[in-house]
Amino acid sequence: MDSVLVNENPIVYPKRKRHVRTDQSNTDEFSVEPIDQLDVFDHIRDIKDPEYPELSLEELNVITEESVEVDDEKSYVRITFTPTLPHCHVPNVLGLCIYAKLLQSLPRRFKIDVRVAPGSHVNEDAVNKKLSDKERMVAGLENPYLVALLN
Amino acid sequence: MDLMEKNLELLEVQKLEGHTDRVWNVSWNPVSAHADGSLPLLASCSGDSTVRIWEQSSLSHSWTCKTVLEESHTRTVRSCAWSPSGKLLATASFDGTTGIWENYGSEFELISTLEGHENEVKSVSWNASGSFLATCSRDKSVWIWEVLEGNEYDCASVLNGHTQDVKMVQWHPTMDVLFSCSYDNTIKVWWSEDDDGDYQCAQTLDVSNNGHSSTVWSISFNAAGDKMVTCSDDLTLKIWAADIAGMHSGEGYAPWTHLCTLSGYHDRTIYSAHWSRDDIIASGAGDDAIRLFVDSQHDSVDGPSYNLLLTKKKAHEMDINSVQWSSGEGNRLLASASDDGMVKIWQLATNP
Repeated sequence: MDSVLVNENPIVYPKRKRHVRTDQSNTDEFSVEPIDQLDVFDHIRDIKDPEYPELSLEELNVITEESVEVDDEKSYVRITFTPTLPHCHVPNVLGLCIYAKLLQSLPRRFKIDVRVAPGSHVNEDAVNKKLSDKERMVAGLENPYLVALLN
Repeated sequence: MDLMEKNLELLEVQKLEGHTDRVWNVSWNPVSAHADGSLPLLASCSGDSTVRIWEQSSLSHSWTCKTVLEESHTRTVRSCAWSPSGKLLATASFDGTTGIWENYGSEFELISTLEGHENEVKSVSWNASGSFLATCSRDKSVWIWEVLEGNEYDCASVLNGHTQDVKMVQWHPTMDVLFSCSYDNTIKVWWSEDDDGDYQCAQTLDVSNNGHSSTVWSISFNAAGDKMVTCSDDLTLKIWAADIAGMHSGEGYAPWTHLCTLSGYHDRTIYSAHWSRDDIIASGAGDDAIRLFVDSQHDSVDGPSYNLLLTKKKAHEMDINSVQWSSGEGNRLLASASDDGMVKIWQLATNP
């Protein structure tokens, strides 16, 4: 990684209050409770930004609860994230981290789509195309640098 | 024979378990009965970096895992293909290499490793006579390898032209014409005019010739080789045709033209399409379903059209990455490979 950070002065957002869930995690394979927006958000909110390992994607406003669209019946999840800068060169890595975390956390019946928010990046179409190519994403996840980052 | 009239079903014959990660590709050994008495074989390859060889018992007709080809590729094995003689298996891997394995009856031995691509190899294909191999990669190139004596493989050509990751290569079934499809949304046709091994891009099928509007994942030819089907992330299958009779009689290159587009049937990426010897097109998609299509045989002013014969929903629990018809006579077997780690064998049969 370059020693010069792309975004030297990221805006840090206050973490939103977490809802206290009285029921246990309902994202195991055999759960009958439908998976909702907050369940999915809880899986990804604390992912650390690749450039700022002390800060989470939630704190950087890369994702919010509204970033998550879930349809439990159709087993479909879509995450729309906003890179911190429109020229940011790490959206692929951000998208990969989100995708990887959801692959690990959600029941395997789920189809996961990750994309950047419309208007949030100069190479939006190119970035979204890469993020929607499962083969590219999976090959990316085999990259030792990324494996280290995700663990 | 009008298949639409019959009450057909795709029946699950067997589920083959063993891979510990997603299965990317399956390949039927083209020789269904071997002269030395050995049994029908199916190869599958996976994100677990291995290739499994499945064998069918002549007594029980059930399939078991004969052998696991492991400790060679260090990353995902993305594609596998048997040579026309059925004696060799080529395996393409994300580790950048292509393995060539020889079938010694009870064992498989890695006899050669083809290196050269700069990154992940996505697909491998043998030509009809087994004299050439083609591979393609995320490095945007297509390589042609010549098969020489003594297990030697020589790089005959490096074909540049695609502007992005090349997903699949497929030799034409009767002529030494090579096809490739890519993340750049195009299909390219590579041909050597003088048969001197100097391959050039003879044609590019893109949106201007009614081509796909997103990544093209696979190409398959009908038995005669005068039609092909391609499938894409744009959620369509496209049928193409060429006057190959002219090419066979030396009249030069015959261009491929778009015949029809099958749209509205898929709502997730179509990863694989395969054209059977008896003219049934199977598709495998990201919605976990297998679909079968046949020529409607009712040409309209707009040209030929295809009908959906049947949809097998939830054929697997996750995305289907590969479908392939067996080339055996009369049995209409289909193999499928999925992200769920399973290989399944299906039979197309009339519902009693």
